[in-house]
Amino acid sequence: MATKHSRAAARLMISPAVLLLLGWMIVPLAMTLYFSFQRYNLLMPGMEEWIGLANYQYFLTDPAFFDALINTLLLVGGVLVITIIGGIFLALLLDQPFFGQGVVRILVIAPFFVMPTVSSLVWKNMFLNPVNGLFAHAAKALGLQPYDFFAQAPLASIIGIVSWQWLPFATLILLTALQSLDQEQLEAAEMDGAGPLSRFFYIMVPHLARAITVVILIQTIFLLSVFAEILVTTNGGPGTSSTNLTYLIYAQSLLQFDVGGGSAGGVVAIVLANIVAIFLMRMIGKNLEA
Amino acid sequence: MARQVKTSRKIAFTVIAWGVGLAIFFPILWTFLTSFKTEADAIADPPLFLNFHWTLENYTAVQERSDYFSHFMNSVIISVGSTLAGLVIAVPAAWAMAFVPGKRTKDVLMWMLSTKMLPPVGVLVPLYLLFRDAGLLDTRIGLVIVLTLINLPIIIWMLYTYFREIPGEILEAARMDGASLKAEILYVLTPMAVPGIASTLLLNIILAWNEAFWTLNLTAANAAPLTAFIASYSSPEGLFYAKLSAASTMAIAPILIMGWFSQKQLVRGLTFGAVK
Amino acid sequence: MNMKLRALMGACALGALSTTAFAETTITVATVNNGDMIRMQGLMEDFNKKHPDIKVQWVTLEENVLRQRVTQDIATKGGQFDVMTIGTYEVPIWGQRGWLADLNDLPASYDANDILPAIRNGLTIEGKLYAAPFYGESSMVMYRTDLMKAAGLDMPAAPTWDFIKQAAEKMTDKSKEQYGICLRGKAGWGENMAFLTAMSNSYGARWFDEKWKPQFDTAAWKATLTDYLDMMNKFGPPGASANGFNENLALFQSGKCGMWIDATVAASFVTNPKDSKVADKVGFALAPDKGLGKRGNWLWAWNLGIPAGSKKVEAAKTFVEWATSKDYLSLVASKEGWANVPPGTRTSLYENPEYAKVPFAKMTLESINAADPTHPTVDPVPYVGVQFVAIPEFQGLGTAVGQQFSAALAGQITADKALENAQALTVREMTKAGYIK
Repeated sequence: MATKHSRAAARLMISPAVLLLLGWMIVPLAMTLYFSFQRYNLLMPGMEEWIGLANYQYFLTDPAFFDALINTLLLVGGVLVITIIGGIFLALLLDQPFFGQGVVRILVIAPFFVMPTVSSLVWKNMFLNPVNGLFAHAAKALGLQPYDFFAQAPLASIIGIVSWQWLPFATLILLTALQSLDQEQLEAAEMDGAGPLSRFFYIMVPHLARAITVVILIQTIFLLSVFAEILVTTNGGPGTSSTNLTYLIYAQSLLQFDVGGGSAGGVVAIVLANIVAIFLMRMIGKNLEA
Repeated sequence: MARQVKTSRKIAFTVIAWGVGLAIFFPILWTFLTSFKTEADAIADPPLFLNFHWTLENYTAVQERSDYFSHFMNSVIISVGSTLAGLVIAVPAAWAMAFVPGKRTKDVLMWMLSTKMLPPVGVLVPLYLLFRDAGLLDTRIGLVIVLTLINLPIIIWMLYTYFREIPGEILEAARMDGASLKAEILYVLTPMAVPGIASTLLLNIILAWNEAFWTLNLTAANAAPLTAFIASYSSPEGLFYAKLSAASTMAIAPILIMGWFSQKQLVRGLTFGAVK
Repeated sequence: MNMKLRALMGACALGALSTTAFAETTITVATVNNGDMIRMQGLMEDFNKKHPDIKVQWVTLEENVLRQRVTQDIATKGGQFDVMTIGTYEVPIWGQRGWLADLNDLPASYDANDILPAIRNGLTIEGKLYAAPFYGESSMVMYRTDLMKAAGLDMPAAPTWDFIKQAAEKMTDKSKEQYGICLRGKAGWGENMAFLTAMSNSYGARWFDEKWKPQFDTAAWKATLTDYLDMMNKFGPPGASANGFNENLALFQSGKCGMWIDATVAASFVTNPKDSKVADKVGFALAPDKGLGKRGNWLWAWNLGIPAGSKKVEAAKTFVEWATSKDYLSLVASKEGWANVPPGTRTSLYENPEYAKVPFAKMTLESINAADPTHPTVDPVPYVGVQFVAIPEFQGLGTAVGQQFSAALAGQITADKALENAQALTVREMTKAGYIK
């Protein structure tokens, strides 16, 4: 169907985007790669020298590296699980007929529009703060000891904040998918005596699979580089208990101004991100073809 | 068998849905309310819900400290500018991928998305040096360039999935009728593509508006958007909940209102081809 | 019609304004979001009146973000800022590298010799002044006079750590949300490590020996950390591992702390009835000691420096001169009262009889004078700096060690483990940086 002529035209139409992204990827990547083999600290100009793999050696043997890796996975995984399960629940709820559907939908999607910096500041200070936060007030009113979120469960608190921001996104996509579900199929199943649970698992879940993969893909892209939430709330601590890879690289390159070490970290993160990407793409590719 | 909805059931769901909706929305509502309190009322225990002395002093204090309007304008220019620039590049690309798919189309798309996984902190210093040499530091155009590139993969992917839903047969039919390429694009495809483009536009304005790493690191005074405005409130002196709330409200209100008004358009394209 | 005419006239007036403004120089000032700096932004009218040809643009950022932004900018010669607010840690390092324009040619009326010697020495390298102090601070004990009295104790002017611990115990009443002592716990070289390094000095500990060997495996550090953890766990507020200066200030102002050992500048905030519930019940004392000859107080100043590459050095100097002058102090005093004047920079301020009436003036000066950045510790050290080590690596190191101590405060690891980790990571970084061969 596609002629040679239209193929050439198509290539021409794609090329600006490809070239730009290629440039965007290659130029900083080349510079990062180059710096990663250098001793290069912004605070010590004139001391730059080629030091081979030493930056990589230091980054990979940093005790914080392993923690950061685990935290990154926990953060991405935790948020995905919460937003998908919560999203399905909310989508099912919003799909029911009730008064004021439009308004409730507006309320539910609102967190998506809030800047990460703002939502972290608000959550940290006005809700989770163990002395003046609203949760602490509530705990005291119930006669309980206020829970110290960022000290006792720093990573879980961050997962909570990030989930709050991404829940609307998952909900919207899942809701749209749900609304396209064939009602007759559902009713037929009901007539055949399928209970609500089996209807959910045998009809709805398979129907939502595609939407769920999309949620996973898009959110993973953004969740791998969660940064503002950590910077504002815990600074990666206490210890390294809420440091993810992005934050670790930040600490290296911008707190210590060690461009060489930070670049090595950047290269490691890029490699890891690509492993995740390949894994994801396989999964998505399969699901999207169907 | 038409769906019969019992009123009692409907009322039950109304209560549950409103409860859940309000719970999710509560942090924003609380921030909004707190922005009108005095600092002492803001930390009062038990918390004051509506029965406090309403004041605008926090907004005045915030405005005195920083010029809200110039930050606001920068946010608008940067987010709209980068989205439009992104669309100009992305529409032809997504179009070609959707209608003339080659063997590699999928791989190219996936590769594009994977560029979004690069951790920005890792390339900040190289980029800062490049921007310095190009004279782009603290300029709106510099930020427009960066945000365009960052969001381009998402724009292309959204448009691609949307365009793919447009049945090819319609094009064939138009061609059979002897429509020129121009007419084909203008009268057949554009009306079908507009909703997808509109929601892509909206989503990207939101993403660009909320982007807080590059906008903070590549600007100083002239091009600093609202993300930089809020950065100066992250740990102010003493009691600050009310002022923080006022600044937060000012930073998120424009995009929140835009989002609410255009939510129908936004939702339509948010599906990323997830629905079939 | 009338409306239109008025609008037209308005437009003309605007036009006229913009033509007169044509010759002005615009300078960009990066500053930290501390109260004194915010206050200065509100007093710009005076500067604009005196120097209509200079327009000042502000970039106000939170401390950590500010430090990262200005360091990155000056090291890459990005040229985004014409005046930078920097600490006593940065000035010697940057000055040595020739990154800062020297300020020796400020006019005689500026009277640079009036700057407190302890502060001035830290900003001078080989006779050249590289930054002008906007405010200076040490640290001291701030305490609630009413609670101290209720506990049946009397705060000495120069307390020991043992007394502080005893008082903290007696002042604590958790059922009333009243915590005996509030200290910094948030990780960061300028947050918990500023306090802990200063405290460790009084315990006879040090960061490095003369051969740059890290010292976290010594008994003195162990004593420092265990005492700190012990006090905070028993008598401190919940969530202390996330508390920095600002969080503690909010706690103290809302009446939840019995004692707070922190920056002397806090004194003006906790005694200001507008923001503080306890304004009339605050007393001050020198930072505690352990009888070893050193007190646990630090020395810090926020200074205005000018990047050497700036194209607007002259305009920038005019601004720095205005902001750090004696006249500026009088200006603040006339508008906001003497208690709100940026403290700790000028001898003449402390000789002013009006200022002597401010309750914390004397204690601030004594604290500043009690700090000695060139001999900060009991045992000799190869570095300068009381609560920091003036080497470029310290920011990263201090923050990483701070993370460990913060984790210990949160109860995630033991004090021993935190010290062991701190020692290991410091050895590692110092080896990487080439100090340890």
